[in-house]
Amino acid sequence: MPMNLLTFKGGVHPPQNKHRTEGMPLNKAKVPGLIVIPLQQHIGAPCEPIVNVGEEVKLGQKIGEPKGFVSAPVHSSVSGKVAAIEKRVHPGGGMVMSVVIESDGLDTIDESIKPQGKLEDLTADQIKNIMRQAGLVGMGGATFPAQVKFSPPPDKKIDTIILNGAECEPYLTSDHRLMVEKSEDVVNGIKAMMKAVNVDKGYIAIEENKPDAIKAVTQAAKGEENIKVVTLRAKYPQGAEKQLIKACTGREVPSGGLPMDSGVIVNNVGTAAALACAIETGMPLVERIVTITGSGIKEPQNLLVRIGTPFADVIEQCGGLEENIGKIIQGGPMMGIAQYTIEVPVIKGTSGILILKEEDLGLTPELPCIKCGKCVDACPIGLMPTKLDGFASKGMRREAEEYNAVDCIECGSCSFVCPAKRPLVERIRLIKADILAERRKAKQA
Amino acid sequence: MGYGNLVVSSSPHIRSEETVQRIMIDVIIALLPATAASVYFFGMRALAITLTGIIAAVAAEAAIQKIRNKPVTINDGSAVITGLLLALTLSPAMPLWMVAVGAVVAIGIGKQVYGGLGSNPFNPALVGRAFLVVTFPVHMTTWVSPVDGVTSATPLGLLKMEGIKTGYMELFIGNVGGSLGETSALLLILGGLYLLYRGIIDWRIPAFYLGTVAVMTMVLGGDPIFHLFSGGLMLGAFFMATDMVTTPVTKMGKIIFGVGAGILVVIIRLYGGYPEGVLFSILLMNTFTPIIEKYTRPKIYGEVKR
Ligand code: SF4
Ligand code: SF4
Repeated sequence: MPMNLLTFKGGVHPPQNKHRTEGMPLNKAKVPGLIVIPLQQHIGAPCEPIVNVGEEVKLGQKIGEPKGFVSAPVHSSVSGKVAAIEKRVHPGGGMVMSVVIESDGLDTIDESIKPQGKLEDLTADQIKNIMRQAGLVGMGGATFPAQVKFSPPPDKKIDTIILNGAECEPYLTSDHRLMVEKSEDVVNGIKAMMKAVNVDKGYIAIEENKPDAIKAVTQAAKGEENIKVVTLRAKYPQGAEKQLIKACTGREVPSGGLPMDSGVIVNNVGTAAALACAIETGMPLVERIVTITGSGIKEPQNLLVRIGTPFADVIEQCGGLEENIGKIIQGGPMMGIAQYTIEVPVIKGTSGILILKEEDLGLTPELPCIKCGKCVDACPIGLMPTKLDGFASKGMRREAEEYNAVDCIECGSCSFVCPAKRPLVERIRLIKADILAERRKAKQA
Repeated sequence: MGYGNLVVSSSPHIRSEETVQRIMIDVIIALLPATAASVYFFGMRALAITLTGIIAAVAAEAAIQKIRNKPVTINDGSAVITGLLLALTLSPAMPLWMVAVGAVVAIGIGKQVYGGLGSNPFNPALVGRAFLVVTFPVHMTTWVSPVDGVTSATPLGLLKMEGIKTGYMELFIGNVGGSLGETSALLLILGGLYLLYRGIIDWRIPAFYLGTVAVMTMVLGGDPIFHLFSGGLMLGAFFMATDMVTTPVTKMGKIIFGVGAGILVVIIRLYGGYPEGVLFSILLMNTFTPIIEKYTRPKIYGEVKR
């Protein structure tokens, strides 16, 4: 039956480890007493707070106003009182200005929250405005403000929308459960997105390892002639934007370009569902699905968590931690970010909280490269990580640039396969940043 | 709450189970059948040579690393392979002290002078063998027959010098004169298949190496089957031309390496003054590895024509 699986060149097959949560229905997480909402949960400019300490806020009320075009507002995910506006640790790293809210437990909904009407009656601009007002960002983890993607310059002709339901990161099952349980929202979301940029080609792309999600979404998309549900080969990083575009359309995003340069806008299925919800109820993005899993957690689950809930509260609801915890990661094991505290809150891009025991980390010392070529075969971009590693170690920026270091999508496939356990992507990331910084300087000069 | 020792290193947070040591162990496993066959055909002499090669190589590696104040890495198994491979290319009549000298040269000059594992441009075992060929030419070309233990020529030597052709079946099974490991094509292929199955070697180098030898011999009027199964070709194709460190990392590069080595073998065997060409075909191609890599960079995703 699995004919015609779409895929890309390169990639790796890390153990999936999804079995613990893929069959678990969504549960609502308890709403904690204290919520921490960072004023920056997206790529781009941070928000300005528009509430004061001591002020009453309601569920869904806007509390941070975006500054600049590439930005997204943030909203209160509870009703209660603003306890503080101060710098707090952020799961993306560093300290970020955050609004701390004491919940009153009532969830009184803000008056501004009301249904936005039927999709048929909405114009493209109205849909884009809803995206902006609801604070939608890429929910797969990239957190790029959604409406910015939908406002391409006039010379870029968009003809295709792809919804990313690949969920190729091991362990994570949040998108999987979303597609199984909220398939209608996913389909309504892509319809709205297609209308927002007036295109008639939509793909919902799902990896073969989620047959129930494929079935549910196909069912929900029945009768929608413009929407195609496509099955992808289960391979990492199948859900990376560029690899997804190649698999679905056969097109390649030009080196140094954006998806829109190949006429495509890619969104996570979660973003689509959030848009459908924002249209139907008017509720902005105040809640998301988070997979809490890994060898280090007692009772793994898929939870619907209010944005701003500290990891500690979520972990407690999952039975707490096991002994000998090695790492706590926001996101998946391939691209997620290791945390040094569980005080950090769940934000719009938190697809998972992965807790690994020390023995799972495979922390072995780095050995010399034996030139096995496995990293070269694994790189989905066609780079030569072993060479780039050599250049980066010696600070040879010019050579690294010649070998296309800036095209690296930082997927980590190279580091994963390397038998010598070399931190390849880590070094490539650094030299890439160096090259980009140098280019910016050159531009300014 | 005891979160003091959370590791906050960068992604990816999981690693494949493959390690350098596992790769080396697999290579050793793959060589075992052929090694056992050499003991079967040539007796305890073969075992002594094999052990001498391995022990000398490992000891040399440890000693050099100690002297240079570097971490001793004999646990990675690479020196064992070098010693074993070298032994398998030697004549059962070789004096043991010469075997030891070859192994020390292989590790010292073939590997450690360049900085150890991963940095050597040439296959260390072949460097050791090349040294022995030049230094002890008589011992390196004196072969014994496994049947009666008396001095005899190798099938390639017989063909070249006297025009006598050995039967296919004998070549295939290994019941012929020659070095320890190059006699049984069957068991070498078995080991090679194991490495392919384990994903340790890429099929391209052996396939294009052997393929080129077959096609070219045929075109030049030779006997392709005879040439495929005689001499060190199988050992070279599966265990030496596939050495990761000294061959190209790119897929296209592996093809070019295989074809190039194949052409060289045929030229040396048919036109050279020396009956066997595997050793030099691989060493010569090793020198081209950096250049081949440079010109076979994979096409990158979304490449913009410049
Ligand atoms: S070099 Fe970059 S793109 Fe290629 S595998 Fe490594 S991290 Fe991924
Ligand atoms: S995977 Fe590791 S050992 Fe193999 S070529 Fe790449 S960097 Fe070297």
